[in-house]
This record gives sequence, structure tokens and C-alpha cells, in this order.
Amino acid sequence: MKIRAQIAMVLNLDKCIGCHTCSVTCKNVWTSREGMEYAWFNNVETKPGIGYPKDWENQKRWKGGWTRRRNGAIEPRIGGKWRVLANIFANPDLPEIDDYYEPFTFDYAHLQTAPEGKAMPTARPRSLISGERMEKIEWGPNWEEILGGEFAGRAKDSNFAGVQKEIYGAFENTFMMYLPRLCEHCLNPACAAVCPSGAIYKREEDGIVLIDQDKCRGWRMCVSGCPYKKIYYNWSSGKSEKCVFCYPRIEAGQPTVCSETCVGRIRYLGVVLYDADRIQEAASVPDEGDLYEAQLKVFLDPHDPAVQAQARRDGIPEAWIEGARKSPIWKMAMEWKIAFPLHPEYRTLPMVWYVPPLSPIQAAAAKGQLGTIGGMPDVKSLRIPVEYLANLLTAGRTEPITIALERMLAMRAYMRAKTVDGMVVDSLAQHVGLSGREIEEMYQLLAIANYEDRFVIPTAHRETGEDAFQMRGSCGFSFGEGCSGRTGFSLFDAKKPKNPMEVS
Amino acid sequence: MSANLNSILYGWYPYVCLSVFLLGSLVRFDTAQYTWRSGSSQLLRRDQLRWGSNLFHVGILIVVAGHFAGFLMPDWAVDWLISPAQHELLAMVVGGLAGLVAIIGLSLLIHRRLRDPRIRATSRRWDIAIILMLWAQLALGLLTVPVSAQHMDGALFATLVAYIKGIVLLHPGVADLLVGTPLIYRVHILLGFTIFLVSPFTRLVHVWSAPVWYLGRPGYQVVRRRQAAPARRGEPALHDADATTGD
Repeated sequence: MKIRAQIAMVLNLDKCIGCHTCSVTCKNVWTSREGMEYAWFNNVETKPGIGYPKDWENQKRWKGGWTRRRNGAIEPRIGGKWRVLANIFANPDLPEIDDYYEPFTFDYAHLQTAPEGKAMPTARPRSLISGERMEKIEWGPNWEEILGGEFAGRAKDSNFAGVQKEIYGAFENTFMMYLPRLCEHCLNPACAAVCPSGAIYKREEDGIVLIDQDKCRGWRMCVSGCPYKKIYYNWSSGKSEKCVFCYPRIEAGQPTVCSETCVGRIRYLGVVLYDADRIQEAASVPDEGDLYEAQLKVFLDPHDPAVQAQARRDGIPEAWIEGARKSPIWKMAMEWKIAFPLHPEYRTLPMVWYVPPLSPIQAAAAKGQLGTIGGMPDVKSLRIPVEYLANLLTAGRTEPITIALERMLAMRAYMRAKTVDGMVVDSLAQHVGLSGREIEEMYQLLAIANYEDRFVIPTAHRETGEDAFQMRGSCGFSFGEGCSGRTGFSLFDAKKPKNPMEVS
Repeated sequence: MSANLNSILYGWYPYVCLSVFLLGSLVRFDTAQYTWRSGSSQLLRRDQLRWGSNLFHVGILIVVAGHFAGFLMPDWAVDWLISPAQHELLAMVVGGLAGLVAIIGLSLLIHRRLRDPRIRATSRRWDIAIILMLWAQLALGLLTVPVSAQHMDGALFATLVAYIKGIVLLHPGVADLLVGTPLIYRVHILLGFTIFLVSPFTRLVHVWSAPVWYLGRPGYQVVRRRQAAPARRGEPALHDADATTGD
């Protein structure tokens, strides 16, 4: 057993209102630079839909994640090391920028400089890459927003596999949900595995996956290797970039920007202890449907004294073990089993998990034509098909999703009975395998969602690793031009950024 | 050409070029690694890249390997393997074919870089300059093939080999060897050294970083841990260490 700690995230999709505040604050902090205009470390997609970049979940097309060989070993779907190097001159599995979208600005200046005319002047779009006029904007990070576009296009969503999707095209059967997406900071990151330079690494102390910007050479295999398409090639710097999990904030005990600014309070951050020696075994289970359960087995119970003792031996600070005990992630993923990994079938063992959303009961059930179970509606009558959620979160296994949805319905029924009717109905809790106390705890975390309950982040113990004295006066976060910023002259081919507002 | 000019261009200039090449690359690697990259434009436009880049890279790798083997292999090894005439024939055939493949690929890449508005707009000046220089160099190299065909006895070829070897082995006065050789070879040599000269300032530096080590990397996971603080004051701070674990 080799215990490591990771700061993991859970997103409660039941409360996501799709406001994109997470995306916009993240963009403002991290990707509002030349070369990264098209990149959104965090974006919110409306599902069903093919998403951003187009069709990202279709791994037959993009070859992301891992595949299990017949001999039981796993290898990146884009191929083993020889195949990766053989494709280094031209990566056959790399999306083009049009699969994301061509970044644009508008000719705002025209609004001021247009001569007097009969019609209002308009600000037409202009490419931020070529500077040329764009007649039409054709895709974006939230293009299918609130079921935008026709069903035939959105129905290409890979999560419809095995679902009779035709009926969901009808207006009265349609459904939608929001899916905020960011880097999963996987336990078994395929991006790191396929990086020929070895520039992508996972931090041992908090599990954050980063790209060493100095070591990256722009071979762009990681873009293909990541099944979530959450690594972006910066066309200006020639380096790949990804969500950094706001590590400077995490190290200081603060939540990521997307979590901090989430108005719906749907994001949770906390420590998870895991056994690094079990990663390979868990990622290689033969049946994809077992991957969710296999990943649960990698996590270690922070209340177990043996685990605590081993964690101390493995150098995990006391505050982190304490944090693991109070972790909201542990409660949702392991105790209540209401949070699930996104697409466990990619075998990357992702660490950003999702609580599936409840949805309105379909018309038939509302008319009383479908039965209720124990005073609660049957989750199969919910508008979002359980199979769809299962394809998204449990590689097709519906039982765990059903249990989670039932528990969330039970929480509502229990709390409604308690606060409206003034009755404590323990049978509601017992029916879904929980106690009344657990239901109330769930309510506290999911519905009230206080800041200090959502974010349990122990600060990094840099003093144990580095000599802080040596780091005095260092320049912190920079883009390779040294501490002093740009001099306006670069011997080695660095490019001065153009100001997008200067494009006319 | 005056003897002086010949001596400057073929006796001194190569050393200027090689010095800048080695020191420049070292300085850039040491101080500006953020700029050290392959500079791929595949994301912006997939068209033509797959054929262009693969043809060019495969061709140029063979050409470069051929030059290294042909010019730098010790005399005794060459003599043991092959006669000078055979050596010349081999160089003409292999170099000619590989050069042809490379120039076809590079032509595609140049067309793409100059004609595609996205690529054109995002190209740095050196990106365009270096591919044009490489194209010219490949063209010159290919043009030497018919000239060599007129000197099939291997004598001219041996002179050129002696010159390059002399430069590398720091033999004085080798510039004189080139006096009287066909102009095409001398231009090819001059441009070749010039490419070495400018390479630290262009994306060509990615050649240094060809990730062959990837094949030997154990396992797949790359994990970094913070190393313990240095024991004594005044020692440089240790950087994060990489460790790979079997996976």
C-alpha cells in the first residue's frame, strides 16, 4: 500500500443552472491570452449534445483514454510508445481548431467610426487567428446551449448508446441537463502517458496534473490522449496547456476559481486518500462496467486507524489526514454513493465526480399512471433517462445511478415531511438504506452547502519540502520571459502578443 | 574568387556558424526553454500537413543521416566498406531519392504556410524564412546530383568529404580544397553552414529534443514529488524530481 492524497472535486448537477460563471471566471484568470482564446479550461455543456470540441465523447473517432489489450494490460488508445513516436510528425488523431471553434472578436470600432446611415451600424465578427472577416460563427464551447440546434445533431451524443433516442426528439419527451467540464486530474492520466517529453506529471502531494511549460515541446500527443479533450494546444506559444486546478489557490487552502465563484454552490472540494499501488489493477479490470466500483476500491477510508498510520508513514501531513476525514468528497462518493466519475470507461480513473441531476416527472407519471414507491416517484419516470445518466457516469450500469437518484428524492421527501408537515419519517430514509441522521447531513451538504462544508482544503506544507528562503523574490507564475516581463526584444523567437482590440 | 574570400567563407565562416549553433542552442535551452518547441501548426489547419510533414521529416532525416554517415565516418571504415566511386553512387541515389521526398513534403508545407490565411497570419518571420532556406538547400542538394553524375570517378566526392572532415577535425587550410570545385557545391555548403548559424533562433531547435527517450521511459505514470530541502544554506534549491512508476 502506497497512500497518496488528492484534492478531488464533486459537482452537484442537480443544482447546476448553467450560468457559465465558472467558465467565465476561469477564462478571465487563465486563458484570456493569445493562442488560448479558443480554450476553456472549464466549459458548461448542455446535454444531450455533442459538446466541445465536437463529438469529444466519441473515442472511436478521437482515440482518447486507455484501451485494454487482450493480455490484460492497458495502453493508450492512440497506441503504445512506438506508435506515438511514429505519428509525431503529423498526429492523425488531433482535432482541428474548427472542432472547438475559431476564436473571434467583433469590429467594435465600427460602431463608433461608421458614417451616418439609414441603418444601425453592426459589429461583425472577425477571426482572432487570421484577423480576417468571419461571415458566420459556427461553433463554440456552449453551442448547444439549452438544446440549441436540431435534435438530429444533438442526438449524435455518444451517451445515447443503447437508448431508444428517437422518442426524446419529441417536444413532450425532451430533456436536458448541464454538464460543467474541466480537467479530471485523473489517477491514471492518459495525457501524461502519451507525452513523449515527459512534461506532464501528477503531483504526489495533491494529485494535481500539470504540464511543465519549459519541458513541453509541442508534440501535441496529450491533446489526443486525453479522452475529455481538456488539454489545449496554445498555437501561439506552441505548448499545450490545461486546467491547473488553480494550484496556487489550492496550496493556500482556497477553492479553485470555478468553485469559489459558483453561484449555485454546486462544487465541492476535499481530500481523498488513495492507494497508488492499486491504480493499475483498477484501471485494467476486464469489464468497463466494473470500473466505477474498481475506482471506489482504490480510495481508502480515512477513519480506518490502519490507513491513518500508513498515511503518516507515507509522509502525508496530519492536517491532510484530518481533512480526509472531513472531506465532503468522501461522504458523497463513498458514504452516500451519490457522486460518480465522468465516463469511467475511459480507464483514466477521473477525480472530478458528479452528482446526477433529478428531473421533472414525466407527464404520464404526474397523471398517476405510473406508480410511486414508498411515497416517492419511481426514478424510471424521471424525465432524464437513467440509461443516459448511466452512460455518462457509470459506463452503462444503471443500479448505482438509480440508488443515488432515489436517495436524493428521499432526502427531499424526508425534509419536506420534516419542515412542512413537522413529521420525521424515518422509513423514507431506511427505504434507501440511509439513516435519518445521514439524510439530514446530506441535506446540510447538498441543500444548505455552507462554504466551509463545501471546501475542506488543507494548505500545502511547502515548508516540509522546500527551503522557503531559497524561493524569496522568485517570480511566481510567469510565461518564460523571466520575472521582469517583456523587454520588447526577444533573441529567441518569442512573439509579442497582439492586442485583439487593435484588429480592425 | 579571391583566395582571401575563399578562406573567409570556407575556412572561417563555418566555425562562426558552428560556434553560434552550439552556444546559441545552449543559451536558448538554458535561458528560454519556454520558447523551445516544435511550433506545430497542425491545430490550425490539418490539410496538407499529414502528407507534407511526414514526407519532409522522413526525407530530411535520411538526408541528414546520410550526410553524417558519408562525411564523418572514419576513412578506414569507408575504405573497408566501399570504394569512393561506389560511395558517391550510393550518396547520389539515396540522397537524391530522400531529398526528392523531402522537397515534395516541404513544398506542400510551404504552400500551406504561405497560402493559408491562418497559418500565414500566425507565422513568425523566422518560421517562413527557415522553411524557404531549407527548401533552397534541398534544391541545391538535388542539383548537385546531375553535377556529380559528370564526375563519377569519386575524386571530386573525396575532395568534398576531405573538406568537411577537415572542418570538423579542425585541420587548418582545408578551405583551399574547395578552390576549383563546381560552384553548386560551394553554395550548398555555404547555405548549409548558414542554416546551422540561424538554427538557434528558429524552431529548428526542436531537433535537439527528438523524444527518443520516450521509448525507454519505464511505465506510463509520471509523478513528481517535492524533494527534501537542501541540508546546508547556500546550496541551490532542488527542483521537483520526476519519478515514474510502472503502470
